[in-house]
Amino acid sequence: MIVRKKDRVVVLGITGKQGTFWSEKMMAYGTDVVAGVNPKRAGETHVGVPIFATTAEAVAKVGGDVAVMFIPPAMAKDAAVSAAEAGIKLLVVLTEHIPAQDVMAMHGAAARHGTRIVGPNTAGLVTPGECFVGIMPAFVPSVFKAGRIGVISRSGSLGTLICLNLTRAGLGQSAFIGIGGDPMLGTTTRDALEALDKDSGTDAVVVVGEIGGGMEEDAATYAKKMTKPIVAFIAGSAAPLGKKMGHAGAIVTGSAGSYASKRQALEAARVTVADTPSEIAGAVFVGLKSSRADNKLVANQ
Amino acid sequence: MNFEEHAAKLLVLSVAGIPTLRGMLCSTAAEAAMAATNIGPCVVKAQVPIGKRGKAGGIKLARTSDEARKAAEQILLMSIGGYTVERLLLEEQAQIAREFYAAVLHDVVARRPLVLFSTEGGMDIEEIAAAKPAAIRRLLLDVDSKPNASDFAGMLKGLDLGPAENQIMQILERLYTAYRKYDGELLEINPLAVLVDGRVIALDCKFVLDDAAIYRQPELAKAGVPGSMTALEQRGAENGLKLIQLDGNVGVLANGAGLTMTTMDVIRHYGGKPANFLEIGGEAYTKSEIALDLVLSNPGVKSLVINFCGAFARTDVMAEGVVRAWHKLAPRVPVFFSIHGTGENEAVALVRNELGIEPYDFMEDAIQAAVKAAQ
Repeated sequence: MIVRKKDRVVVLGITGKQGTFWSEKMMAYGTDVVAGVNPKRAGETHVGVPIFATTAEAVAKVGGDVAVMFIPPAMAKDAAVSAAEAGIKLLVVLTEHIPAQDVMAMHGAAARHGTRIVGPNTAGLVTPGECFVGIMPAFVPSVFKAGRIGVISRSGSLGTLICLNLTRAGLGQSAFIGIGGDPMLGTTTRDALEALDKDSGTDAVVVVGEIGGGMEEDAATYAKKMTKPIVAFIAGSAAPLGKKMGHAGAIVTGSAGSYASKRQALEAARVTVADTPSEIAGAVFVGLKSSRADNKLVANQ
Repeated sequence: MNFEEHAAKLLVLSVAGIPTLRGMLCSTAAEAAMAATNIGPCVVKAQVPIGKRGKAGGIKLARTSDEARKAAEQILLMSIGGYTVERLLLEEQAQIAREFYAAVLHDVVARRPLVLFSTEGGMDIEEIAAAKPAAIRRLLLDVDSKPNASDFAGMLKGLDLGPAENQIMQILERLYTAYRKYDGELLEINPLAVLVDGRVIALDCKFVLDDAAIYRQPELAKAGVPGSMTALEQRGAENGLKLIQLDGNVGVLANGAGLTMTTMDVIRHYGGKPANFLEIGGEAYTKSEIALDLVLSNPGVKSLVINFCGAFARTDVMAEGVVRAWHKLAPRVPVFFSIHGTGENEAVALVRNELGIEPYDFMEDAIQAAVKAAQ
């Protein structure tokens, strides 16, 4: 789920306003957008790339490793299932408010065809200095800079702020993995953490979580085994109980998914949990300086 | 979207062929008395979209028409979990032999539908899970394939359900079909009763419709209970903005759910109290003018934080809306900005030139100043 310059990207819904705007931004930054899909405009060229009627046709004619969806909720399931059937390896689903049973069907199709879904309701993936897929301001130099810190975030806006803070502190990023704000995600915090743990270009990881669900707790069980330092921030400590805070996934009922539960699980896994976003960069510096050997010792115990 | 018991039974269970008791919906004590004459000994049940109605006194037995009238009078004066009781469901009294639990819901970790069944009915599933976890049977299904009768038979194996087993299997199958057909987020029967005469009946029903699927369930959604909203929250909803009014005094305008939540968290961290949650994420970032109007319409607001971090949302577009609203409303509350990301230079210049305000470099500093100003 770390996107690379060599990845051939197909944009579903490329001819719409957002599809057009972001395809141009992606290509200008270095992303290899090879095709667009829109059944009504097949055969045309748009923003310099050929348009096909289906994802399968696009993959057959020009190839495609990654697909990104600029598709409204009611049409998202069919688009995602078609992309999985066409053999797309990585499917980035930006769409928010897809009916939950459609989301389950998307995940089912992805599992059958070996497709990894990122999202739904993600802002996308950025590999600073190389390429990006989605709706992140990769091209704003004050926000993203190439480097060795991996960032995982459920939120696009908060993820942007945190990358900005890292960049201001002189810490560039190896990858930004936006996993999405929905309750049923194709790529979890733990999946992203494993990918960054295995990535030789990443020295430390920042996890930006949110209240609701059990993903941060699950990621904490993996974090225990890691030697790379991890710093986390969990949004939603001031959120009232039982209210959905914008993201469908960010709702606390009873003690499940609470801020306290997540913080406790992460701290028990030796993850530094920051109180405010501006504390993150400092905590990353501390983590990087502390002896690797010590970390390894604890991890082996 | 939540549904009251009578609507869930009529529009979801009955349509799916799951048996319920004979009942009538009433909204006055006189209607209840009349209904009882018709039904005979009955149960008078408050209709509010929330659990624990019995414990709150919202469910009473009545043998005669007169008792039904008295019970109705009492219950119609109640407020349960913040809901004023406006309707009653009168149902015939049943002779219950056993009480079970049945539900279909999303398993968000497996990302598949989950059918639950337990012979320990009548209490909350959380209570059953805590007291007797082994008493809960689970069946994970796949939305793309129709389950077989043998799937349900398998989940009930060894539970010693006697002659009721076939009826229960059929009910579970129909419950799952209804959950799929009506875009359920949760469809629960608790208790599912075996009566002395051998019939299996849904005594209660809870149905939650997936909010994201309302567009394709328009008829059903008309019978749902809209979430309780303040006048200001209602105004937000009419403008396509999700506003949650809180009891604090620091107003919040930020883009994206994550950044908005974090702004609230940092207000708390510095000892202040946020006055609202208001998301202008996704396409809604173009609505900052009306959004600011909403935040400032909250009489509790003593200071304001405007925290933009543009990704998809362009900060220059959001700042233009803020400036327009500011000129129109001319508010007296002190405002503290932090602006970064897409469109940052234009947005900062606009706020500086039009409002004469210098945005803070770090959101923490803007928030700290706003908390201080609100005190």
